[in-house]
Amino acid sequence: MLKAENIIKSFDGLPVLRGISMEINQGEVVAIIGRSGSGKSTLLRCLNNLEKVDNGTIEIDGQALVKNGVYAPAKEQRAVCLKMGYVFQNFNLFPHMNVLKNLTEAQRCVLGREKEKAEKYAKELLKKVGLEDKALAYPGQLSGGQQQRVAIARALAMDPEILCFDEPTSALDPQLTQEVLSVIRALSREKRTMAVVTHEMAFAREVADRVVFMQEGVIVAEGAPDNVFNDPRVKVFIGKNDNDDGID
Amino acid sequence: MVMKFFNNPEKLWNLVKILLEGLSVTGQIFILTLVFSIPLGMLVAVGRMSKKWIVRGPVSAYIYIMRGTPLMLQVMFIYFLLPRILPFKFDRFPAAIFAFTINYAAYFAEIFRGGIQGIPKGQWEAGQVLGMKKSQTFFRVLLPQVCKRVLLPVTNEVITLVKDTALASTIAVTELMSLAKKQVSSSSSIEPYVIAMVMYLIFNGVTEQLCRLAERKLNYYQ
Ligand SMILES: Nc1ncnc2c1ncn2[C@@H]1O[C@H](COP(=O)(O)OP(=O)(O)OP(=O)(O)O)[C@@H](O)[C@H]1O
Ligand SMILES: [Mg+2]
Repeated sequence: MLKAENIIKSFDGLPVLRGISMEINQGEVVAIIGRSGSGKSTLLRCLNNLEKVDNGTIEIDGQALVKNGVYAPAKEQRAVCLKMGYVFQNFNLFPHMNVLKNLTEAQRCVLGREKEKAEKYAKELLKKVGLEDKALAYPGQLSGGQQQRVAIARALAMDPEILCFDEPTSALDPQLTQEVLSVIRALSREKRTMAVVTHEMAFAREVADRVVFMQEGVIVAEGAPDNVFNDPRVKVFIGKNDNDDGID
Repeated sequence: MVMKFFNNPEKLWNLVKILLEGLSVTGQIFILTLVFSIPLGMLVAVGRMSKKWIVRGPVSAYIYIMRGTPLMLQVMFIYFLLPRILPFKFDRFPAAIFAFTINYAAYFAEIFRGGIQGIPKGQWEAGQVLGMKKSQTFFRVLLPQVCKRVLLPVTNEVITLVKDTALASTIAVTELMSLAKKQVSSSSSIEPYVIAMVMYLIFNGVTEQLCRLAERKLNYYQ
């Protein structure tokens, strides 16, 4: 479904992605793990056209966003990216719109859906994330976990083929983390195609069909969770990661 | 002090009528300046933030000149000196509007730039990942938030403008200040100034209330 080939990206001469190739297949949940600074966010942002790659190819359903470093025209870029949804670490809801409007705005101005239809769909999605009673609240009135669930519903409203999450819970307290994780877990049961960058190792092991382990801008281990988590390099990382959690 | 108007209701009423005409010209300068300078200020702000130095450079220079020289000088420059350089001449009133507009646009531009740059980058990105075009994100996501952020500094400028309109008197536009001056010299009494002052205060009071109303309207979130 999504195919990335040999992605190269540097920031101010500092290489961050050094030849990444990966695929995301229909109905699959891919967890992307790795040390801080290994380039996980940059990769996900490149796939969603939030950063421009220096070289490489990204295509979805055979439609290229960028081919060998050459980007498609702006209109095609938007069309390709509409197949992707993206959930930010810090939600980025629109603070001046109530929850319902947050969910309907892009449905209406991008997909051209009618108001009633957009609102009906928005309410269904709010129900799915357990927030049907918050339709008229403003983001500033919600807890972080609630905001993140709204953000997930907002992304779903565009009917993306692949939903991407960049550390969706790292801005949240442990209790709030659980409510967001259970929404993502429910989506994985529906066989939604997802890519999740996460530091929640237990969660990655549980929901992911495939785990991608990154180190210094390259993928060093990839495969079924049981295999990847038994890779010695990954074990070293997880050991460290547990220590990090202790310090945090 | 010799009273010439305040002890004579008929003369006072005549004076008030004359000054009210001036006030209406003042009001026109005020409104036209806002109508032109706010959109122009937005354009200038966008130019000032351009990635291309060929755009950003001249726009920065323009803002620097507008904010770095007295408005009174700019008004006179446009009315008296510009006709010697350019092949056309402004009438007094349009010259004043033009001068105020380009001056206030520079101040508004800096306020808008601050407002736009103060919005987290994530708002642009959220619009983008939802498939919105840049222009859609700007008008639907950024602009409403910018309006709220800039309301206070804009209110300050608007109130300053009420008083700055008096500078049109330097090129003899018949607004409130020049009519009051004329009445003072022809009557050798300062009473017209007192009335003009009261009129400016009332004008400002109304303006301030309108701005407060806008503030309350924009208080629906956060
Ligand atoms: N916009 C940027 N400008 C310059 N350098 C950047 C930028 N974004 C990321 N980097 C650098 O790229 C490297 C990879 O960053 P990235 O955010 O992709 O790592 P990450 O794996 O997501 O880390 P974390 O787990 O901390 O989120 C880091 O060294 C970071 O400093
Ligand atoms: Mg990251």
